[in-house]
Amino acid sequence: MTSGKTTHVRRIRYGLWFLVTIAALVIGGAYFVRTIGVREPPSVTTGEAAIRSEFSLIDHNGNRVTEADFLGRWQLVFFGFTHCPDVCPTTLAYMANVLDRFGGEVERVAPIFITVDPSRDTPEVMAEYVQAFHPKLVGLTGSEAAVAAAAQSFRVYYERMEEETAPDGYLMAHSGHIYLMTPEGRFEDVFREADQSAEDMAVDVLARMNGK
Amino acid sequence: MMKILIAIVVALWAGASPTLAEESVRVSDAWARASVLASRPVASYLTIESAVEDRLLGVTTPVAGHVMIHAVEKDGDVSRMKHIETLEVPTGERITLAPGGMHLMLMGLQDKLSEGTTFPMTLSFENAGEITVEVSVLGIAAEGPREVSE
Repeated sequence: MTSGKTTHVRRIRYGLWFLVTIAALVIGGAYFVRTIGVREPPSVTTGEAAIRSEFSLIDHNGNRVTEADFLGRWQLVFFGFTHCPDVCPTTLAYMANVLDRFGGEVERVAPIFITVDPSRDTPEVMAEYVQAFHPKLVGLTGSEAAVAAAAQSFRVYYERMEEETAPDGYLMAHSGHIYLMTPEGRFEDVFREADQSAEDMAVDVLARMNGK
Repeated sequence: MMKILIAIVVALWAGASPTLAEESVRVSDAWARASVLASRPVASYLTIESAVEDRLLGVTTPVAGHVMIHAVEKDGDVSRMKHIETLEVPTGERITLAPGGMHLMLMGLQDKLSEGTTFPMTLSFENAGEITVEVSVLGIAAEGPREVSE
């Protein structure tokens, strides 16, 4: 009888401990999930910070260049291609307009146009193309692999779309962003031509250049 | 009296209807960007308005081998040019083709398009028939035909 009672109490005690363990797991789990939840926004920032300026390409004068050649200047980087009839000329003309608003500060900026269509956009083609937009604009091309690596480092997406009636039977789809990179080659911000006037973008970039 | 009224109505109708037919579709502000390089496609832009529902079936011009109607599809951050066969023109709606959006892609150009020149372009509509407009070639950095006056 006594031993039966003891067993009964022990069972209750074990049961209680079991409940405490479950409760601890549930509360701990909830805390863990919340902590991860709270950490989510910074992980997005880490994603943006992961946009790097890293490339080994050929400039429009035929020289091999890497990101190191542009360090010390703020870089405005745009990916496109010369057979692009609308978004690329629109964005490059916009970039030229922004550059013209920098005045003397334009010397602290390196505007870069990287082709995603290197088989057609040779250094000679790039030279003629970039000079039509702005004397400071640098055109970069390279092997398919080198261009893919550059796009990868900037997290730029592009793809070849087969289109029978297009010249050579294809078009390229690409993201129309202008990347602003710091003089250290770190990601600062991203702009899109349609989002603000050239004047507003110039004011915004100049403010960052001057640490405001 | 009734006869006179009918005569007036008939006269007005006869006088007005050819104008109405002509005016059912209006194509205005046609322009293109000058070529940057030879043998590259060039984009042309314009505005279409119609008093009655119509459909743009095709576009031709003597300066280009082929003209495609392109819409731009935004898929997140990526823009894809989408070839559309025909363009619906709803009643009373103004359709503006402009940089960064819908445009006509001129391919197979015999010569570069030079700033300051013009060329004819013919738009074929299902109901309104063929409408030919003069397209102004503006600079490579032009954003539209009205920026000078604004």
